[in-house]
Amino acid sequence: MNERRQAGSDRRRPATSEEADGWRVAVKKTWKLYIGGAFVRSESGHSLVTADGDDNYPHGTRKDLRDAVKAAIGAQPGWAGRTAYNRGQILYRLAEVLEARRSELVHGLVRGGSADAETEVSASIDRVVSYAGWSDKYQSLLATSNPVAGPHFGFSVPEPVGVVGIVAPERPSLLGLVGSICPVIVSGNAAVVLGSEADPRTALGFCEALATSDLPGGVVNVLTGRRSELLSHFASHMGLRALDLWNVDDETAKPLEVAATENVKRVTRRALDERGWYDTDRTTSPSWIHSFVETKTIWHPMGA
Amino acid sequence: MTEQGLAQRGALPGASREASIDKVSVDERAGRLATRSIKTEAKLSGLRLVIRMMDLTTLEGCDTPGKVRALCRKALHPAADIADVPSVAAVCVYPNLVPIAKKELEGSTVRVAAVATAFPSGLSPLDVKLDDARRAVELGADEIDMVIDRGAFLAGEHPRVADEISRVKEVCGEAHLKVILETGELGAYDNVRRASDLAMEAGADFIKTSTGKIQPAATPAVTLVMLEAIRDFYYRTGRRIGMKPAGGIRTAKQALHYLVIVKETLGDDWLTPELFRLGASTVLNDVLMQIRKLETGAYQAIEYFSKD
Repeated sequence: MNERRQAGSDRRRPATSEEADGWRVAVKKTWKLYIGGAFVRSESGHSLVTADGDDNYPHGTRKDLRDAVKAAIGAQPGWAGRTAYNRGQILYRLAEVLEARRSELVHGLVRGGSADAETEVSASIDRVVSYAGWSDKYQSLLATSNPVAGPHFGFSVPEPVGVVGIVAPERPSLLGLVGSICPVIVSGNAAVVLGSEADPRTALGFCEALATSDLPGGVVNVLTGRRSELLSHFASHMGLRALDLWNVDDETAKPLEVAATENVKRVTRRALDERGWYDTDRTTSPSWIHSFVETKTIWHPMGA
Repeated sequence: MTEQGLAQRGALPGASREASIDKVSVDERAGRLATRSIKTEAKLSGLRLVIRMMDLTTLEGCDTPGKVRALCRKALHPAADIADVPSVAAVCVYPNLVPIAKKELEGSTVRVAAVATAFPSGLSPLDVKLDDARRAVELGADEIDMVIDRGAFLAGEHPRVADEISRVKEVCGEAHLKVILETGELGAYDNVRRASDLAMEAGADFIKTSTGKIQPAATPAVTLVMLEAIRDFYYRTGRRIGMKPAGGIRTAKQALHYLVIVKETLGDDWLTPELFRLGASTVLNDVLMQIRKLETGAYQAIEYFSKD
């Protein structure tokens, strides 16, 4: 290497990858949070080190959560106001973008310790396609028309709850993330998501796909950091209307559920092992969408 | 520079009219002051001061007596369920709504301010404008927020603008006069400085940035230019003129930064509702949200605060 540098004027292209390694300084990625459609550093200015020691990633704090909720509150009405068909198109485009980034996602998952990265990426893309399909269909299943005792007819229709806080499962770090975000946003909710602490790079890498998918900025916001520090703030934030907690044990959950009562937050707490996320009957059930919608009932006069 | 030195520098009447404002350094200084971080107890006392300095404003064509009454209730008791929240300084409305506000605020410390002189453009004959101000005072306004004729100012008719301000001041009598420069329409900072000097010399009790109808409205930099004019005027004459940035102040953080700019430019003497006001309609809820956040530790959402 030194000999070549001394040659100075020799600017020919490197012939082999080994030669290329010496030719230039590699550009290392600065991992950032994804808030309001932008990649930002943590407000704290602090970072944590990944398990393999290769990378720093942002140490998200309650202030990042605050910023993310603010962005989500701003974005949610516009997202909910789009047609169901359009939300489906955008989710489908997310699947297209994920497909194009397959090798990057596989590489990231391998580094993050995924047991079968190829399968996980495929399942994640398929999961997005499933929910893209649900976007204009779940309403027919969740809505009811109610004959009532009077000269009226009642219709009950699902509406998004607003901004949902998601604490994604540790594993599978991509499929669990995608599989918990999609049922929340498909109905017009916005999400503030805490990614896997075991494999934070995968969560942040996934955001590169979100950013190029036509999903409006702020609909999905992804934080990384310590569950132990952030969970209580997810629970107490008055701007979050619902919480989606994955694999949170009873002892940890209890104070969260108590704090969530302050604004009558809807808390959904579920446990699913790694294999469970591949069970499509379960994970693409419309009941998962149902967890994050409110039912609005309209009384309509008969014969009018 | 010492006080005496400053006094000497401004010794010639109207000398500052020739002052040229260095835009880059004003922007830089205002920006720098806005980076200061204010936390915990200092933040809490700052937020309470912001409420005490607030002119809670509604200036819409669709203002109804009911809306003004609701605003007055809020001005008196911004949040009944949070301890130690003071009343605001004043409620600012159109003249026709002054009697409603006056009745609602009777016996309280909250004053009633009315916009006048063909607000927001000021482009009406002088006798109409004088009558407008006089009638607002007769209806019970404690403070008059007048607009200057920006068209005349920009056309170079400075004596006419100054004369109009003095005439309005005369008809105000006991009522305090705030002079709105509408800085968003004046262009350069030099014009803002000239208009500030002119308004103070013509008898303004307060100088105010904006009507809230034009963007940009109040900015930290424009406020800094005006505060410096107030400082120089004080050194020259010994009179303390008040300042009111209005429009575009939406967050508690922005409001606190205005207090920082005041403190750094004019000192603690001006950190009182007698000499500094914030004209705002949306910032109060954000301030209340921050106070409750400090008290409960939980981040708040706007839907739990009264809409106005």
